[in-house]
Amino acid sequence: MAAIYSLYIINKSGGLIYYKDYGSAGRMDTNDTLRVASLWHSMHAISQQLSPVSGCAGIELLQADTFDLHCFQSLTGTKFFVVSEPGTQQMESLLKFVYELYTDYVLKNPFYEMEMPIRCELFDINLTQAVQKDRVALLAR
Amino acid sequence: MIGVGKMKQYSNILDKPLTKGKQEVSLSAFAFLFSELVQYNQTQVDNIGELERRLEDAGYAVGARVLELLCHREKGNRRETRLLGILSFVHSTVWKVLFGKVADSLEKGTEHEDEYMISEKELLVNKFISIPKDMGTFNCGAFVAGIVRGVLDSAGFPAVVTAHFVPMEGQQRPRMTILIKFAEEVLRREARLG
Repeated sequence: MAAIYSLYIINKSGGLIYYKDYGSAGRMDTNDTLRVASLWHSMHAISQQLSPVSGCAGIELLQADTFDLHCFQSLTGTKFFVVSEPGTQQMESLLKFVYELYTDYVLKNPFYEMEMPIRCELFDINLTQAVQKDRVALLAR
Repeated sequence: MIGVGKMKQYSNILDKPLTKGKQEVSLSAFAFLFSELVQYNQTQVDNIGELERRLEDAGYAVGARVLELLCHREKGNRRETRLLGILSFVHSTVWKVLFGKVADSLEKGTEHEDEYMISEKELLVNKFISIPKDMGTFNCGAFVAGIVRGVLDSAGFPAVVTAHFVPMEGQQRPRMTILIKFAEEVLRREARLG
């Protein structure tokens, strides 16, 4: 059964602005999540330099024994990545959908300061709905 | 020779006929503009009450102009003199033109004679806005309350209009209610008209 462990959003300077975990498997305490976020930000940047092919946009998928990490970087440098069970399908479209939710409920909120941690109720509500729907769709297959 | 198929050139923009205009506007564009309006006003005030008042004043200006425009476009220059008439005008016509749909409901207040409520599940202006916890009861619907107040005031029905969240059981988001409290003279006039 494919499942999402956790979702991270990093701003363009590498700071963690949103973290959500689904289930106890991927849970980490705050300091660890901040470390993972900056670690991933640096790895992403290094991979762009390391690539033998020019025009590399950074790591999109990292596969390990016990998890998959899918990453989506917007044109503005904000990174959305999700840690999921190995073999989970359609994470890219989920990440793009989360990006849409971000532009709608975070960026159009007058009380949100750019690059700060996200504290928007509507974003949380819609994100939970999206992940639930995904989970139901995945289970139905 | 009489000009055939040539449009009359208007030298002054005020002489041009009022067109119906584009029926559709980008929601995102409006949301960003409104968000900027709120942010701008936030930098100018010290407390939440003043921020609400400023948003209401901005809405008041919109309301006064919308009334003129709609009376010309939609109603064929007829003037509403009765309370229920102006309320249903606000509830249907104004809402339809501004938000693309009529308001969800129009109710008469049970406690006071002079109170009426227009309810909406989710105001268009609030669609993308989440109020932070430390702002308490602040509501960006104050802008819409200002619009309603502008329309009513310019039509000759002075009133105090406020926007409230009404929590509903079984729903995560509270309903929006615009509370309209008419001034004394309006009720007296209404009673005289019978």
